[in-house]
Amino acid sequence: MSATLTPSSAAVAATAAPGPDAAVALAVTGLSIRFGGLTAVEDMTFEVREGEVLSLIGPNGAGKTSAFNAITGYIHASSGSIVYRGAPLVGLKPNQIAEHGVVRTFQKTSVFNGLTVLDNVMVGLHRRAKQHPLAIMLGLPGVRRDEARLRDLAWEILDLVGLRARAEETAVSLSYGELRLLEVAIALAAEPTLLLLDEPVSGMNPAETGAFMALLARIRTRGITVLLVEHDMKMVMGVSDRIVCLNQGRIIADGPPAAIQSDPQVIRAYLGERYVRARG
Amino acid sequence: MSRAVSLASSVAWVGFLVTLPLWMDNLYFLHVLIIAGIFIVAAMSLNLLLGYTGQLSLGHVAFFGIGAYASSLCSLGFEIHVLDVPITLAPKPVWFSMLVAVTFAGLCGWFIGKISFKVRGAYFVIVSVSFAEVTRLVALNWLELTQGPMALNNIPFLKFWFPGIGDVDILGKVPNYYLVLGVAIVTYVIIRRLVHSRAGRAMIALRENEPLATSVGIDVTRFLVLATVVSAALAGLAGAVYAHYVRIVDPDVFLFIYTVTMVIMVITGGKGTLAGPIVGGLIFGILPEVLRGFEVKPELQWIVYGVLMILIVYFLPDGIVPAVRDAWKRWTGRTGAPPAEPTGTAVPAEARP
Repeated sequence: MSATLTPSSAAVAATAAPGPDAAVALAVTGLSIRFGGLTAVEDMTFEVREGEVLSLIGPNGAGKTSAFNAITGYIHASSGSIVYRGAPLVGLKPNQIAEHGVVRTFQKTSVFNGLTVLDNVMVGLHRRAKQHPLAIMLGLPGVRRDEARLRDLAWEILDLVGLRARAEETAVSLSYGELRLLEVAIALAAEPTLLLLDEPVSGMNPAETGAFMALLARIRTRGITVLLVEHDMKMVMGVSDRIVCLNQGRIIADGPPAAIQSDPQVIRAYLGERYVRARG
Repeated sequence: MSRAVSLASSVAWVGFLVTLPLWMDNLYFLHVLIIAGIFIVAAMSLNLLLGYTGQLSLGHVAFFGIGAYASSLCSLGFEIHVLDVPITLAPKPVWFSMLVAVTFAGLCGWFIGKISFKVRGAYFVIVSVSFAEVTRLVALNWLELTQGPMALNNIPFLKFWFPGIGDVDILGKVPNYYLVLGVAIVTYVIIRRLVHSRAGRAMIALRENEPLATSVGIDVTRFLVLATVVSAALAGLAGAVYAHYVRIVDPDVFLFIYTVTMVIMVITGGKGTLAGPIVGGLIFGILPEVLRGFEVKPELQWIVYGVLMILIVYFLPDGIVPAVRDAWKRWTGRTGAPPAEPTGTAVPAEARP
């Protein structure tokens, strides 16, 4: 399948593309979400395999973000089941879901505005810290050692996303592209095994998007499974192993990028004739 | 500010405060400092909630009053009848009573944190105000336990055992001054350790962006409760110190104006900064006495008080400490090392209107 991809993305996908026999990481079965009379998501069923990059695409209002919110516990599913590595996630609070290694970013840029870049990542490292409140108040040496360890981890993550030079800046002084990188850095700090990215490159220029795709490749090499919601088709086609296409709350196609690109339903519902013509 | 400078200034400050009674023989001024110190401890504890978790507790004086009453009652002993069954408590040593007070205030904080675990902002304010009012009414009306408006009198003073010296009576101005200073330093150190740790970062994350905090696995409720417990326990400690210093406690310790005073101290000094409540507490703890020294009438004092607060909040909305810190940063930034290479996205300071 990688033969049909564009050259720049082939390298990305080839790093760790899992075969179709890879274990199922996240299984969403019969998921429905209703807000009053409005059905945002209806009977959605899909699987994310260990180590793959799966993209959810679809026109605005197709239910992508609602599905994200349900998986991460920010809204309640009306029916259906969400199972990650054998553990049911429905009914858990967002912080409990994060404990299972399922961590998300937000569609609207969301960081800790008043803190420095380094402290933003330090907050993200919460799950990896080993500090009992009593030990903190007594000032035990173990706490100081743990803080030093966390600081090292934070620098390592800043290196990974390329924000080391901005570590001491307050988050509000960052550019838009840097803020989106910081969001990913905070999420990575929480040690995800499944990372959910909600439109991470929206509003980025092509150069920033390219840098972000390279970052995504580095994240994959760490063995982190990625579930992506994105409108930027070049990015989606470039990084995804598989794509699930939604329209009006229903799944209309599920397959590798090449199959999605030529799927008549997808073209009609989402990409439109102009996209096909542009591709030549 | 570099670490060495801040350490040196802390040592200088503590040294100044420790030697103060040696050359200050004005006992009245020492009394003013003791009361200001007690309020500073209470304000520091409030700052943990208001400044770090971002939750405004307008009933904070309740924990102060609970500490004062619990410690007094435990050291005086009492006999009450619940459903005609007498319950008596023999007088306990003062140091033990103070521990009981801290624990009991902390438990009340845990209770408040638990019942308000889902309410934020205005609703948290309402819960805390109601709680303070309930405690005041209990203190006023449970005559058998609290003597109501007749007040608890003759509260024993603290005896402290020092190795080599033996028992020292914490009675009068100078010993109480040192006791308050010690309690203030302990409070400061505990809060400082908390905010520079995983727990403090979780509290700040709750203030800054709660959905993002939960997305990285922070159980915000748990850390809000932790902040409430520690805050309440420290306020209770301040109340206990107060009770054994003035040795008379009446329901007026629950007055709303004391909560307001604490909030003013925290906000003018700089909420969410370690030094803020200390600076605010010194200004608003000592100012009334300074004005009295100039023979300003009480009505006029309140006006000066109010005008000063409005000016500070208007011109330094983040408080005094952050304003001074920013000024210091600008000053060292100009004279010190040249700033890093400019980035295309940053707006130059001159470009702003």
